[in-house]
Amino acid sequence: MQKKFDQTSDPKRWGAGVLVFAILAMVGSISNAYIISLLTVVLLFAFMGQSWNLMLGIGGQLSIGHALFVGIGAYSVAILNIKYGITPWIGLILGAAIAGLIGAVLAWLSFRFEVRGIYFALLTIAAAEFARIMFGGWDYVGGMQGLFFQAPTGSMDLAMLRGDTRFYYFVALTLAAIGVAGTEMISRSYLGYVWRAMRDDDDAARALGVQTFRHKILVISISAATAAIGGGVLGLVQGAIFPDSIMGMGISVDVLIGPVVGGLGTAFGPLVGSMAAIPLHHAMGALGDSFGIPGLNSIAYGAVLILVVWFLPDGIWPAVVRLYGAIQLPARVRISKLQEVENDRAA
Amino acid sequence: MSGNASAVRGAPSSTKRSRCKLLHPPASGGVLMLSLWLNVLASGVLIGLVYGLVALGLTIIFGVMRVVNFAHGEMVVFGVYIGYWTVRIWDIPIIAAAAIAAVIMFLFGYLLEALVVKRFVNRPHHYQFIVFIGLSLLFSGVLLVSFGPDPRPTASQLSFQTVAVGPLTLDWARIQAALTAGVLIAALSAYLKYSAFGRSLRAAANNRLGGLVVGLNIPRVYAVTFGIGSACAGVAGALISPLFDAQPYLAVDFTLLAFVTVIVGGLGSFGGALLGGLTIGVAEAVAALMFTPSMKTALPYALLIIILILRPRGFFGAKEV
Repeated sequence: MQKKFDQTSDPKRWGAGVLVFAILAMVGSISNAYIISLLTVVLLFAFMGQSWNLMLGIGGQLSIGHALFVGIGAYSVAILNIKYGITPWIGLILGAAIAGLIGAVLAWLSFRFEVRGIYFALLTIAAAEFARIMFGGWDYVGGMQGLFFQAPTGSMDLAMLRGDTRFYYFVALTLAAIGVAGTEMISRSYLGYVWRAMRDDDDAARALGVQTFRHKILVISISAATAAIGGGVLGLVQGAIFPDSIMGMGISVDVLIGPVVGGLGTAFGPLVGSMAAIPLHHAMGALGDSFGIPGLNSIAYGAVLILVVWFLPDGIWPAVVRLYGAIQLPARVRISKLQEVENDRAA
Repeated sequence: MSGNASAVRGAPSSTKRSRCKLLHPPASGGVLMLSLWLNVLASGVLIGLVYGLVALGLTIIFGVMRVVNFAHGEMVVFGVYIGYWTVRIWDIPIIAAAAIAAVIMFLFGYLLEALVVKRFVNRPHHYQFIVFIGLSLLFSGVLLVSFGPDPRPTASQLSFQTVAVGPLTLDWARIQAALTAGVLIAALSAYLKYSAFGRSLRAAANNRLGGLVVGLNIPRVYAVTFGIGSACAGVAGALISPLFDAQPYLAVDFTLLAFVTVIVGGLGSFGGALLGGLTIGVAEAVAALMFTPSMKTALPYALLIIILILRPRGFFGAKEV
């Protein structure tokens, strides 16, 4: 999954990244409120998708319960801010710490007994659903009625993370940029190589001296902590949080759809995938609402997931990279590249 | 999907009828508590048999094909709607409705495997999981588009009939569902144990390559397996259609419930599915009596977490995944 992507030279990739985010910043400065609020959600899910991508695409551990970490982040920001008036910055840090700890505990519990693959994925769903139901029945956190932030006054306040839609757009954009750059840096670092070795063959990595147990705990807790940060901001953007809307299966699906559609294990994939999938979801939802047909958005999501895995199993972004490479390289270079690949295969 | 999440998510078995009965138990004093407990345990066992049938469908698919059918709950809900409509239109007994559901869902499962699932059987687990999440979203969208989000209370007279056996007062619908499910589970395990097809199915489950070598038609075995699994879900859905209001949002609960049941018993094991179903049925019923109703919904997940931690492969789980 990673190999095609790594062939592009480094400065070019950073340049492309900066260019994309510069364009997104410009879009944020000129678009109308609806587009901005939609893009804010897209960028936040790109960031959370990045954290999921880190876990499956690089670390090789499938989670279908990322809503748990998202929800913990959102709740810790909301509880501290609404009940005690503490700045969301503290809430974000605390939420990330708690989520990271819970992720580490889940990972420790399951990998301690070699609970791998499907069983671990099911454990994540069970934990998320358990938490959702518990939060729904817990009066201190508002139960099913949820928690509401004070309506924003419209004036920007960086210390309290309050502002208008455009302010949140730039917060989300910053997070998405950090996500892309962070994934890029991690996947080139020592950890990235170790995690990919662990993803591709757990036993072989262990035979080479990688302590996969520790590394699984590490990758899962980092992923959980970053998802919680995204969740904290998502709660602020939505203005209200309910257990069903912030911890439900829907959030887990929204988180994983970006990286799957865009390209697992790539730095740009989650961003590209969220850009493609989440507006489609909203558009189909709006279409369904206006014709009185609920469920269209669900059909669209389902069809996209199946078709992407069917026809573009690597996702959109690697396909784009391949296409770009095919256009860029002159014929002779292409042939020598092909030969290289052949030689690699023979070796 | 996030829009759906705010919808009603009552536990599958939290029907109004059964709750009313708990509030007005038939006896008094110390006998009251005893008969209350007996009633709760009995209804837990009865619904547990149906859960066992749902779980059997999931476990048979996993055992043979090594894929986890994330859309299993949607298939149960298809069965609930088949039961709802057939009873409503033709006014047939629930057993006949279950037979119709079995045929329809078998064909549905067979075609689904032959057209879609087959392409992903040899892919890595996480791709399969994502495809099935996609199928589950697709089906729940189709259910929403076809039947709308509103719950449809059952039209069957069966829902209101009860049977008194000694100190027990039981829903007739629940007894019928449990008996049918029990008979089906027994018949299916006998069929898979003694018939020629059952042998080839177990051979495919045991060693896919070996099956191919000795000339088994593996694609057909897989398609039939998926058909049988879907039929189990569909029949279970039709059987419980007098007990639950038919609505699309039940699907998520049933999917997760089936996972919990199967994991408690052990993925890929027949006896495990049955035992898991009974455990979950009874545990749910007891939790509803002892704690608040929300605890009842959370309990299966808590149980799942505990089981996964203490005994990761369930009571009778397959060794390799």
